[in-house]
Amino acid sequence: MSALFALLMIIILLLISIIGTEVLGLNYVFGVIIPYAAIALFLVGFVYRIIRWANSAVPFKITTTCGQQKSHPWIKHSSLEAPHSTWGVIGRMALEVLFFRSLFRNTKADLKEGPRLVYGPSKWLWAAGLVFHWSFLIILLRHFRFFAEPAPFFVSGLQSLDGFFQIGLPIFYITSVAIVAALAFLFVRRLNDPKLRYISLGSDYFALFLILSIAISGILMRHTGLRADIVDVKQLAMGLVSFHPNVPESIGVMFFIHLFFVSVLFGYFPFSKLMHMGGIFMSPTRNMANNNREKRHVNPWDYPVKTHTYEEWEDEFRDVMKAAGMPLEKEK
Amino acid sequence: MHNTGKVIIGLLIFLVIAAFPIWYAVAGGKTGDLPELEKAVKGENCVIDSVEMREIHMALLDEWRDEVVREDDRWYKSMTLDSTIEKSLTRSCLGCHTSKADFCDRCHNYLAVSPYCWDCHVDPKEFK
Repeated sequence: MSALFALLMIIILLLISIIGTEVLGLNYVFGVIIPYAAIALFLVGFVYRIIRWANSAVPFKITTTCGQQKSHPWIKHSSLEAPHSTWGVIGRMALEVLFFRSLFRNTKADLKEGPRLVYGPSKWLWAAGLVFHWSFLIILLRHFRFFAEPAPFFVSGLQSLDGFFQIGLPIFYITSVAIVAALAFLFVRRLNDPKLRYISLGSDYFALFLILSIAISGILMRHTGLRADIVDVKQLAMGLVSFHPNVPESIGVMFFIHLFFVSVLFGYFPFSKLMHMGGIFMSPTRNMANNNREKRHVNPWDYPVKTHTYEEWEDEFRDVMKAAGMPLEKEK
Repeated sequence: MHNTGKVIIGLLIFLVIAAFPIWYAVAGGKTGDLPELEKAVKGENCVIDSVEMREIHMALLDEWRDEVVREDDRWYKSMTLDSTIEKSLTRSCLGCHTSKADFCDRCHNYLAVSPYCWDCHVDPKEFK
């Protein structure tokens, strides 16, 4: 049901972009105004959410038991799994961001005949997630040939690596296949497992479908008759980044569909679970050093409790206690 | 805010990366220049419609390469020219568009396309 809802949303977005440009001729709106609005929303929303997260209280130092904490010198400690220094934390965060270290630990529990509960490793989510994220990054970086003149140094290297197999002309990129396959897997994975299907929301499917739509519209534009003239595309992109926007007449509808989906992705980003891009850096179990024994972590919720120590109590009743012959800590 | 310094540095790095095309355009200075192509030295029409040629020349050349190399099929019947031309990058294409540097490379460089035509072919002009 939620998957159908997400699909319906995608179809509505597709129709908006087609009707907006082909029927109503609002090329300037779809080529300039909506992309600018989306980017502004993305940047402001992103910064706002990060600052809100940074303002939340940090009551506890959360140590995770992934490795041996640094303690006595003769106990070997795990510097990446339980780092005690800032550099160790940066290393752990890099492993998390670049290779999804903690997702690699994912396990599954299956109920076999017997009934017998069997635990085992589960790497598929990790693998598909890794393929998807890296493909998306490489595709994004490749697109800088449109946003920068002359194209930055990394573009041609990435293009020739990505087009290593030289299949067809324009060359079919490895990441084009990889991103669609990975997204398809991530979608089927949600549908396949009843438990997972039950907890999947419309927004989970919507994010998958939206990125899949972007990928497919891009592939269609590159490899089929629905081509966009890339000289025009670069002219539009360079106009946007240099704040002299103009929309070339001959840009086709497929490009506007692609651009509109990308704009929706950017605009939707700060409101969605996609904020894990920034949020990963704010996750306490990843960004806090495991140095509980070295440094005291003060709970900000601790308020000044009114105390009455024994010393103060003795001061108050010293005379009476002395008269009664009771032992005192201090004899005045 | 906790770890204010670190959060601000992180956000600044994010904004600098996100604004890369803007400061790159400001620093690089080139923004709106479109590639200008040299006119063909002879003839009014290309071997197919020129707009279509802009879009699919790479696929056409790929097709020609396979037909010539694998099937020894060397001649192309052009509808726009009403004549038959040789399927040859060096002789037919570069016959009219004489300069690779002033024709092919203009758009290819603009869009960072590096076609592997020139892994085997040479521009006769460059080797004179």
